[in-house]
Amino acid sequence: MLTVENLHKSFGGVNAINGIDLEFGEGTLTAVIGPNGAGKTSFFNLITGAFAPDRGRILLGTDDIAGLSSPDIVKRGIGRAFQIASIFPSLTVRETILGAVNTHRGWHTKLRRRFPLGEANAQADEVLELVGLTAKAEKLSGNLSHGDQKLLDIALALALEPRVLLLDEPTAGMGPEERWQMIDTVHKLWQRKRMTLIFIEHDMDIVFKYAQTIRVLSYGTVLAEGTSEEIRNHPKVIEAYLGTAYEKGRG
Amino acid sequence: MRSTVWLDIVIAVAAMAVLLLLPLVFPGKAFSDFMIRLSAFAIFATSLNLLVGYTGLVSFGHGLFYGLGAYSFALMMQKLGTSIPVAFVATVGVSAVVATVVGAICIRLKEIYFSFLTLAFQMLLHSIIIAWTPLTGGDQGLTGGVPRPPFLGIRLDDPQHLYIFCCAVLVVSLFIMWHLVRSPFGYTMRMIRDNPRRAEFLGVHVWRVRLLAFVVAGVFGSVGGLLMSLFVSSAYPDFAYWTVSGEAVFMILMGGISVFFGPLVGAVMLLLLNDVVTRVTEHYSLMLGIIILCFALGLRKGLLGFVLWAWARRRATAN
Repeated sequence: MLTVENLHKSFGGVNAINGIDLEFGEGTLTAVIGPNGAGKTSFFNLITGAFAPDRGRILLGTDDIAGLSSPDIVKRGIGRAFQIASIFPSLTVRETILGAVNTHRGWHTKLRRRFPLGEANAQADEVLELVGLTAKAEKLSGNLSHGDQKLLDIALALALEPRVLLLDEPTAGMGPEERWQMIDTVHKLWQRKRMTLIFIEHDMDIVFKYAQTIRVLSYGTVLAEGTSEEIRNHPKVIEAYLGTAYEKGRG
Repeated sequence: MRSTVWLDIVIAVAAMAVLLLLPLVFPGKAFSDFMIRLSAFAIFATSLNLLVGYTGLVSFGHGLFYGLGAYSFALMMQKLGTSIPVAFVATVGVSAVVATVVGAICIRLKEIYFSFLTLAFQMLLHSIIIAWTPLTGGDQGLTGGVPRPPFLGIRLDDPQHLYIFCCAVLVVSLFIMWHLVRSPFGYTMRMIRDNPRRAEFLGVHVWRVRLLAFVVAGVFGSVGGLLMSLFVSSAYPDFAYWTVSGEAVFMILMGGISVFFGPLVGAVMLLLLNDVVTRVTEHYSLMLGIIILCFALGLRKGLLGFVLWAWARRRATAN
């Protein structure tokens, strides 16, 4: 589904991404982990066209999307949610989702018909129901709680019916209980939609519980990849990221 | 959905009927002159608010289109002797082309750089008007008047007809812009205003939407200038001077940036202030500056924005 070959990106003298080769199968749930500065968000930025790679290919199916603009990449089926919820504060929750649906269907530059388009409403309702925001549909997005804003950010990406969904730290800034609720919601979404889901996460309990496969980045390269069990016991990962304390804690 | 469109049409027709009846209540020429100036400025300020309030593009040079509309129309009528409808449509066409070119350059820049570049283009037009004396009359403006031949039984050299025509253009322009901001495109504009980066990650080509908004705003801005040139039967370099853009910004600020009809209310307020304050003191600019300062510090939502906010708050409290 999504294949990254020999990806490079540097900013000035810093090699943020330094020759990454990765493959993400269709319908899989993958966690990308690594210490701060490992290049995780840069990796997402390259896939979604926020930056053009210096070298390398990003294949969505057989289509090379490396260097395309973000809107063009989105239209090919890659959706994204951000570490800090990226929403439209002055729009209501419903308007926000309808805006995304309109964009997905190519209706966003229609000048003549009134908003919302009737056809878009049903899809918006479905998305709101999926993330559990139906009751807050008429609230201003900017007035939502932090957790709901994160959900709305994910809902925006879902409204695009993506083939690949990238979630950058979906539980960032949440309390322990809220974290598990959020990741549970994300997991249910994945089970229901069966898109290829890749998420960046620092909470290793969440990662080990939910991810089918884990990719570990360090200094812009792939340090390790494998199942939860393999990563948990990988000496390089323990040394570079998990730390011996985590291993002892397990013991 | 269709019923809401019809409701809007009914409201527009009712508004037009009220405007037609108002001269019976205020029969003086001063009132009709005021309403004609109001039509020009309300269209102009509302069109600027499509950029400032709805798309997040703070243009300091929107007066470019006001001046362009006035001069294009007046020159076509004067030099080419075309009919008014043809000159109207051609003015809109010229403005659309200029807005496309200027917009394609300006919208690549962000924030203050965008603002200043639009201002630079406006002052470029102003300089051309001043320098190209054989065509534009230079700093004296176009001399000789703008011919207003009758069309479809409408005689715009008759003050009554001119009043009705300007009111009709005002209502139709506001109706179109109202529908535009309520269309999917209008919501895309608001998405871009709030968070252009996120809009891109939803598949919106932000610069295309901004350019389209710029062109639409430019076209309606030129219609405002066109009405003013019809009213004064000429066109003056001041129409393209930066203060015209400043006045439109003040109108938006005073009426309300976040409310569609805010600029209309702001235009009423500024024109009234202009007429009243200039009668009682020669320090018009000082008075206006103080009033603008009061709005900027104490009534940031603008008058209409504040009234609607207070009303919504009262309803919420009552519930």
